[in-house]
Amino acid sequence: MSLFLRLLFRNRLAGFGAVVLGIIVVMALVTPLLPLHPPNVTNTANRFLRPLAEGHLLGTDHLGRDLLSRLLHGTRLSLAVGFAAALIAAVIGAAIGIVAGYAGGRTDNVTMRGVDMLMAFPYILLALAIVAALGPGLMNALIAVAVVNIPFFARNIRGVTVSISHREFVDAARLSGLGPLRIILTEVLPNVVPVIVIAMSTTVGWMILETAGLSFLGLGSQPPQADLGSMLGEARGALITAPHTSIVPGVMILLIVMSINLLGDGVRDALDPRLRSGALARPMAATLVDRKAPAPPARTEGLLTIDDLRTDFRLGRRTAHAVGGVTLAIRPGECLGLIGESGSGKSVTALSVMGLVASPPGVITGGAVRLAGEDLVGAPYGRLRDLRGNRVAYIFQDPLSTLHPLYRVGDQLAEAIRVHHAVSRAEAGERAIKLLVDVQIPNPRARIGAYPHQLSGGMRQRVGIAMALSNDPDVLIADEPTTALDVTVQAQILKLLDDLRRDRGLAILFITHDFGVVAQLCDRVAVMYAGRIVEEGPTQEVLDAPAHPYTARLIACVPELGTGRRRLEAISGLPPNVDDLPPGCAFAPRCDKAQPECRQGEIPLEGGVRRVRCLYPETHLPETELEAAP
Amino acid sequence: MTVALRTEGLACDFPAGKSLFGRPRAVLRAVHPTSFEVATGETLGIVGESGCGKSTLARMLVGLQPPTAGRIEIEGEGVDRADPAAFGRRIQYVFQDPVSSLNPRKTIRQILEVPLIHLHGLDRAARRARIDEIFAAVNLRPEFLERYPHEFSGGQAQRIGIARALAAAARILILDEPVSALDVSVQAQVLNLLADLKAEFGLTYLFISHDLAVVEAVSDRIMVLYFGAVVESGPAARVFARPRHPYTQLLADSAPQVGRAIGGGAQGELPDPINPPPGCAFASRCPRASDRCRVERPELRPIEGDQLAACHHPL
Repeated sequence: MSLFLRLLFRNRLAGFGAVVLGIIVVMALVTPLLPLHPPNVTNTANRFLRPLAEGHLLGTDHLGRDLLSRLLHGTRLSLAVGFAAALIAAVIGAAIGIVAGYAGGRTDNVTMRGVDMLMAFPYILLALAIVAALGPGLMNALIAVAVVNIPFFARNIRGVTVSISHREFVDAARLSGLGPLRIILTEVLPNVVPVIVIAMSTTVGWMILETAGLSFLGLGSQPPQADLGSMLGEARGALITAPHTSIVPGVMILLIVMSINLLGDGVRDALDPRLRSGALARPMAATLVDRKAPAPPARTEGLLTIDDLRTDFRLGRRTAHAVGGVTLAIRPGECLGLIGESGSGKSVTALSVMGLVASPPGVITGGAVRLAGEDLVGAPYGRLRDLRGNRVAYIFQDPLSTLHPLYRVGDQLAEAIRVHHAVSRAEAGERAIKLLVDVQIPNPRARIGAYPHQLSGGMRQRVGIAMALSNDPDVLIADEPTTALDVTVQAQILKLLDDLRRDRGLAILFITHDFGVVAQLCDRVAVMYAGRIVEEGPTQEVLDAPAHPYTARLIACVPELGTGRRRLEAISGLPPNVDDLPPGCAFAPRCDKAQPECRQGEIPLEGGVRRVRCLYPETHLPETELEAAP
Repeated sequence: MTVALRTEGLACDFPAGKSLFGRPRAVLRAVHPTSFEVATGETLGIVGESGCGKSTLARMLVGLQPPTAGRIEIEGEGVDRADPAAFGRRIQYVFQDPVSSLNPRKTIRQILEVPLIHLHGLDRAARRARIDEIFAAVNLRPEFLERYPHEFSGGQAQRIGIARALAAAARILILDEPVSALDVSVQAQVLNLLADLKAEFGLTYLFISHDLAVVEAVSDRIMVLYFGAVVESGPAARVFARPRHPYTQLLADSAPQVGRAIGGGAQGELPDPINPPPGCAFASRCPRASDRCRVERPELRPIEGDQLAACHHPL
């Protein structure tokens, strides 16, 4: 709750709305206690007194009634009617929406088509029809406004319910013996309430306006009872001669509706988890760079070298050191595997290369990334854009979310070519077909006109690879490209990548969590843990004789086909949080060889061709390699 | 040997392209008639790629999906109605995505209490004792009970999912990809926990996964599904070591493995489920396919001992 209030008041306008609305509501609540003139007593001798007249702060209306008193009583009534209508509409609409969404099938279809028909009427016409049928009066206006708004709630809540009732916890509740009514009340409803509150907070303003509209037309509150709409309606005749009688209720409506809408937007932003995490804040075109020290010298040679790269996520008061000093190098034609568990920083390392980490919250705080000697950290956006997809290309895990769903794959490929090369549309199309041939998509001339959803997962990933290859890059960064695919398809994609790198001399940075994949594809492997590389070396040597205890334990806990039924060697505990790393070795709390020295000071990554960040490695690396260290 | 679970001709069709009131335009056969048995205390591994019908099969076994045909027998008693509450006391389900299988607005204790109240009608004190016992069995600290699901990592959430299944006191657990959303180091912890629980409570498992090595490591017997039908079944030690169906062979070759060149790589995709081929569904990808395979559907038959395959030309 305090978090909610903090988030709400961080939005200045919402805070302003809350304060204004708060004052209005308090005044409306205490109105009967205030020493005011009675609102409905007429005194025609004092008609149309101007504001600040003796005894009448806001003046009087055409029957000499005190405007201040009528305004406060009218506000009280309008607020009450607006909130009551919102509440009724929300309860009935949410009930219809939840039942339709949970039941699905024909119930859903019939109910929602009925709601659609209700929605197809212009709202004021529908409200007029209802009031005409029921007769004028404030209660009937309330009913009309509520009914008119039911479809809005029903539609909103139904959509949310459909997505919730297909979640696994609803299945789990059914298996726990709950009936449909209990599931709706205890499983679905608590997850829908925030949406109902958001919908209400953004519609109360409208409902007050609609009620005022009906009263203005003389269909709502009846004389002499005052509400804001009827006050406006009665003042209409004297609009020119006594404008204050219209302005007073008009300004009040403006204040109420504006403050409710500002507050409603704030409530929505504070309650919606997606908005709260800043997902809708547009990230910058390139990752923010805040390098405290000058770029470190290149310590290694290669086409793409990464030296002591550091990337942080600045999340409010916390700072997560996602990448804490990574040094890597890839030569042309080489495939380097980067292996690690989720949260180890392997993807952030890969995205940092081309400044693709979302900022905010990502910030590159140190190190250098050099492509053929040119430092890319802090390079101008134009330069990064020239290189992205041109000399350094990416393949991501989920091809369905990386391809645009509304464009044909051929057009997307052609676009990728035309961004970097001035070629005609026709020529780009021809090249796109050739690329599909290169990634072994059968029948490429037909597939070029397909939309992403018409292709299978394996075919989509081939299109993703074709797009990465479209400008003949030097470096390919593949972030778990086969994790979402079936094993038989994975084998096809791995084979394709292996052929491509041999034919084209591509340097590949291959990110994965699977040792089997690394063993089959990569020449060298680097193992990451808690944002740092703990071991690096030729794949075969690392897999045969892992030096870091983490590598050894990780290999041991992966079951291997053909070893039969057995108990696995688990690693106890959990990976550490990168916003609160222990001093010394990050793996020490889970390591059964850890000594007191492991928990203090910086432990360097030592060695030559094979390097390890451990004081007590599992295997001693040969001396000759240590001498070769730079 | 007693039979914990038996199915006879269990099948499931989905209507495709349904209009508002009219009849479905086409029928999509998600699971072809399937018959199998699981012995008490056994672990049956079910392997297959996406779209092979393994999750539909699992959901039918717990009553979350009504079958189109066939019957299910649990511990010798037939269950005719697809009512999850009737199934819940005998058979429970552990979901793939541990976090989304827990209601984000309930504490762990509230989640675990539901099956105790509604399936067993335990009173407050008995519930407290039972939850403490189960929570200790899945190696979680008791103070976690008052927390909400988002505070847990995937591995811990999956332990809670297992605890909920145990709370229902079912003796058969359907484990639907229980470790595929977890990191490898955590995956091993959960698999070992499952093995310990099985020994402690005498449980029977149906273990569904796409990861052949994991299935081989935990199963007694393995069933391989392709395109909604069982293509091979047999003892875990033999199915991948000596596959009889060419599809099993392709799966085994495709699994990435240390010390082996990239294997598999055979082209081809699943057939169109709306227009299935008349013969063997794998024929278009199979190196051994003959004309007979393209017209006649092979039945599951014993090839050697208790190893069965649905193939005209077994390996």
